[in-house]
Amino acid sequence: MKYAMKKLLMMLGTLLVVSLCVFLAFSVIPGDPALRKLGTEASPELVEQMRQEMGLNDPLIVRYGRWFIAFLGGDFGISYNYSTPVKEMIANKIPITLTMAIMAFLMTVLISFPLGIITAKHENGILDRTILVINQVIMAVPPFFSGILITFVFGLILRLFTPGGFVSYTQNFGKFIRYLFFPSLAIALPKIAMTVKMLRGSLIDEASKDYARTAYSRGNNTNGVLYRHVLKNALIPVITFLGMALADMVAGSIVIEQVFSIPGISRILLTSIGNRDYPVVEAIIMGIAIIVMVVNFLVDIIYRIVDPRIGLEDE
Amino acid sequence: MNKSQFKRNLRDNPYLLAGMIIIGLVLLMIIVGLFWTPYDTTAMNASEKLQGISLRHIMGTDNMGRDVFSRVMYGSRITLLIAIGTVFIGAGLGTIIGAVTGYFGGMLDEVVMRVVDALFAFPSILLALVIVSVFGTGWIQLLISLGIAFMPSFARIVRGEVLRCKNMDYVENARLQGVSNLRMIFVHILPNIKGVLASSILIGFNNAVLAEAGLSYLGVGSQPPYASLGKMLSDAQQYMFTTPSYVLCPGIVIVLMVLGFAFLGEGISRWK
Amino acid sequence: MIKRRPGRRLGTALLMIVLTTLTIALSGCSSDKTGDDSSTLTVGIPQDIDSLDPHYATGAGTKEVLFNVFEGLVKPDKDGNLNPAVASEYTVSDDHTVYTFTLRDGIKFHDGSAVTVEDIKYSIDRNRGADGSEPLISAFSKITDVNIVDDKHVEIVLAEADSDFIAQLTVAIIPANNQTPETTPIGTGPYKYVSSSPQENVIMTRFDDYWGQKAYIKDVTFKVEANADAIVMDLNGGSIDMFPRLTSNQVAQLSEEFQVYEGTMNLVQALYINNAEKPFDDVRVRQALCYAIDRQEIMDYVSDGDGTAIGSAMFPSYAKYFLPELNDTYTKDIDKAKELLAEAGYPDGFEFTITVPSNYTQHVDTAQVLSEELKAIGVTAKIQEVEWNTWLSDVYSDRKYQSTVIGVDASTLSASSLLARYVSDAGRNFVNFNSADYDAAYKSAVETSDDAAKTEFYKECERILSKEAASVYIQDLPEYVALNKKYTGYEFYPLYVQDISLIKPVE
Repeated sequence: MKYAMKKLLMMLGTLLVVSLCVFLAFSVIPGDPALRKLGTEASPELVEQMRQEMGLNDPLIVRYGRWFIAFLGGDFGISYNYSTPVKEMIANKIPITLTMAIMAFLMTVLISFPLGIITAKHENGILDRTILVINQVIMAVPPFFSGILITFVFGLILRLFTPGGFVSYTQNFGKFIRYLFFPSLAIALPKIAMTVKMLRGSLIDEASKDYARTAYSRGNNTNGVLYRHVLKNALIPVITFLGMALADMVAGSIVIEQVFSIPGISRILLTSIGNRDYPVVEAIIMGIAIIVMVVNFLVDIIYRIVDPRIGLEDE
Repeated sequence: MNKSQFKRNLRDNPYLLAGMIIIGLVLLMIIVGLFWTPYDTTAMNASEKLQGISLRHIMGTDNMGRDVFSRVMYGSRITLLIAIGTVFIGAGLGTIIGAVTGYFGGMLDEVVMRVVDALFAFPSILLALVIVSVFGTGWIQLLISLGIAFMPSFARIVRGEVLRCKNMDYVENARLQGVSNLRMIFVHILPNIKGVLASSILIGFNNAVLAEAGLSYLGVGSQPPYASLGKMLSDAQQYMFTTPSYVLCPGIVIVLMVLGFAFLGEGISRWK
Repeated sequence: MIKRRPGRRLGTALLMIVLTTLTIALSGCSSDKTGDDSSTLTVGIPQDIDSLDPHYATGAGTKEVLFNVFEGLVKPDKDGNLNPAVASEYTVSDDHTVYTFTLRDGIKFHDGSAVTVEDIKYSIDRNRGADGSEPLISAFSKITDVNIVDDKHVEIVLAEADSDFIAQLTVAIIPANNQTPETTPIGTGPYKYVSSSPQENVIMTRFDDYWGQKAYIKDVTFKVEANADAIVMDLNGGSIDMFPRLTSNQVAQLSEEFQVYEGTMNLVQALYINNAEKPFDDVRVRQALCYAIDRQEIMDYVSDGDGTAIGSAMFPSYAKYFLPELNDTYTKDIDKAKELLAEAGYPDGFEFTITVPSNYTQHVDTAQVLSEELKAIGVTAKIQEVEWNTWLSDVYSDRKYQSTVIGVDASTLSASSLLARYVSDAGRNFVNFNSADYDAAYKSAVETSDDAAKTEFYKECERILSKEAASVYIQDLPEYVALNKKYTGYEFYPLYVQDISLIKPVE
């Protein structure tokens, strides 16, 4: 309980750091939300008046304080660009990105675990070599390039989906999931390749350790050794990686959202940075920070369950 | 090791051989490119726009009639420098931070890891924009921001590994012998996690090349008319259907470069 | 190290699960195309709209969409005429200071309520900042009063004569009682707003009580196509039926299903030079740059030779003001250019930076060609790509730049919308052009009420810009619009407008 409290406090500290960093970042980079809103035809006086109205002329610390107090009260502000509450805007977009991330994550786990285990078991066999080479090639292809290739092959040639034909989950959930299948695959592919490589390496590494050899020489059947000890230990680095991969899928699907014309959170974030729409950027980055931290927290917990030695030392 | 043994090892290790050949070719191209390119990398030619592969232009030409091969020779250099620099900064800082925090644990670990979390949540695009507006546009700035953006993942991986290692018998033994903390980290623990670190570095190298392409796409990377491979690839995308050679050539060179290093890494880890 | 055999069953089972998942997910994935029904139309737009409030909408890409929802007292047509819209007719006093409008009979807002003279007064007052705030449209600062004469007539009184003022009155008329114009847009146009989703789409439906010629297509979706590289795929794949502003290269990749309409973008693309920065404060240096470039060559590279060369700050669609002879003020002459540079004290050339917004491919490409061309006179032009908002604040607003390539468009059907910015103390004079002759000529143009004389003064302005080489004027870019052959009727306007009400399904 004490441990959880400590963690929670630490997380709040991180959020504070992140939000301040975003404010600082926006005060450094050029670009003026008032000017952006009024465009090239506006007179300098009008821009000045708008800056005043938006409170942009106040010192950084005042603006930060104002934002922070509102944020604590659950008020994320109004988007400069869309004039709608940020909360509403994000709430509408989160299901899109989250669905995609979860689908990609499931694909990663479901495909890479068996492949990792098979390749490790058949180390240096034909299957292992083939998968390893395919893996390397997949990892070497830039994501937007593979996205385009997927669109080209599955969309235009095989006609399995309509390129750019995104349907919102509010209109038709089935079509929504169907459209997101290929983008999720595009996100998952490099992660699958990396996980397979990692799991395979880790398994082989672990199996060569003394305890595994001893267990084997004692006449335990390999099945038992493999699953009871080796797999468990080999999973530790893989879990760290998967945790980061999941956070990365939520935070970093921008390229795929772009290639497949999906109006998700990443695209809103990118355009909002471009529009200098601070309230939106702040809220999304805070959201991503929370997800990253929660995932890391869970990874930590899983660590303790999988490897009790860490727990003993730390508590 | 004598010569014949070396040869035998090489024969048993196709990854190393393939990696060496591919990287050798890429490096050869980059080195030759320092002194000579078939055409001026920026010279335009209106009558030879978007040509396919020919004897005159072995990788065809781009939308400005510039020779793609000459530009690839130049672009590979920039891409390689960015990727190496990024991994150097990211892995260097990340390893130190991850190892120290993982080893000592406690409050320091908590605080530093929260900052690392914060960085992880911070979009690399925003980071790049900040760095660009403070230091100006260009590939060095891009390299720095990518390096910082890559640091957290290295820190987390190294920390996880150090946590795993620090309770192992050999560390306990060393500790009983009175080995100092720093020596423990850098001499006893780090060499034991070099496998995981090496594979993360190679993945990081790969990601650096790809991330560079993404950021160049947003206009914060190498500046025209001197393009990195990633920038060329994203510029070329729209000509996919009319002049596939313009897309495929820089694309294949990127893939080869990453693949070469990956094979090399795989080969080294298998070296007997 | 791990021996074979064991665990195979688990691996196989997992593999089966994966395969089953894939099969389930893929089954039923058919190419169900949207938009097969020709009573609906999906139009791709290159960026999201910046505001639903017409008075705060600034981007050209936003105005061209909102054109279908809102109307002013007058409304432009495809030939560049201003026709009465919310007003059924108007009169102008002889001294060009009082404009009187008659409200159209029976005209309704999209919410069904009737348009009243109060709504007109409210809309004009909101734009001129009648409550003491800054005017949203700077030209509206010359309005002294908006008077409701009776329940059919409104008069707008100007402080000074302006015979061109009617061009400004295309500003949208919106209901005075709408408390949230930024989220619930209500206008009088042929389409009414249904919904929008950030970075996704804006949906409209036909307004059946429209006063004029009703639209043909019932439901229209403007779909945000943020990825320029996916546009061709989306058109060919069938998820969008129409896309304005394709590049010549994209057009080449379209399938047979599309009809391509060719027009011009109606903007003045130039290498805009900061006239206040050294060495560009010397007219000879600016002229040298003009002599060093070849417009046709730029057009060959940027848009396969299409596009219209221009020699001053006016594009050909404004035929009344356009002076084709200014294209020949500077023809490529490297020796002449070098001579001028030597006279100005730069015999060995100099180095400068072209700052260009990275989201506009044509401008980045143009900058690259310019940079290559300028090498011939020993001038090194470095290119710096920046993001659009950085450009807006650094280049356009703060004028911290040496030169930039951009296209300047016109907001109204009047020459002044292109020429006003070159007046020495104009707030929008981002090139810092400074010429007493120009200021005088422009002032005369605005004050003159005789149309012929006025046109002549505007032409004089253009000549001065050309002679003084205020910037290196290049071209009006070509515009290609792709429309699925299931539809027809697309028309170009001399303004940045997509009039969807003219598009009809092919029988």
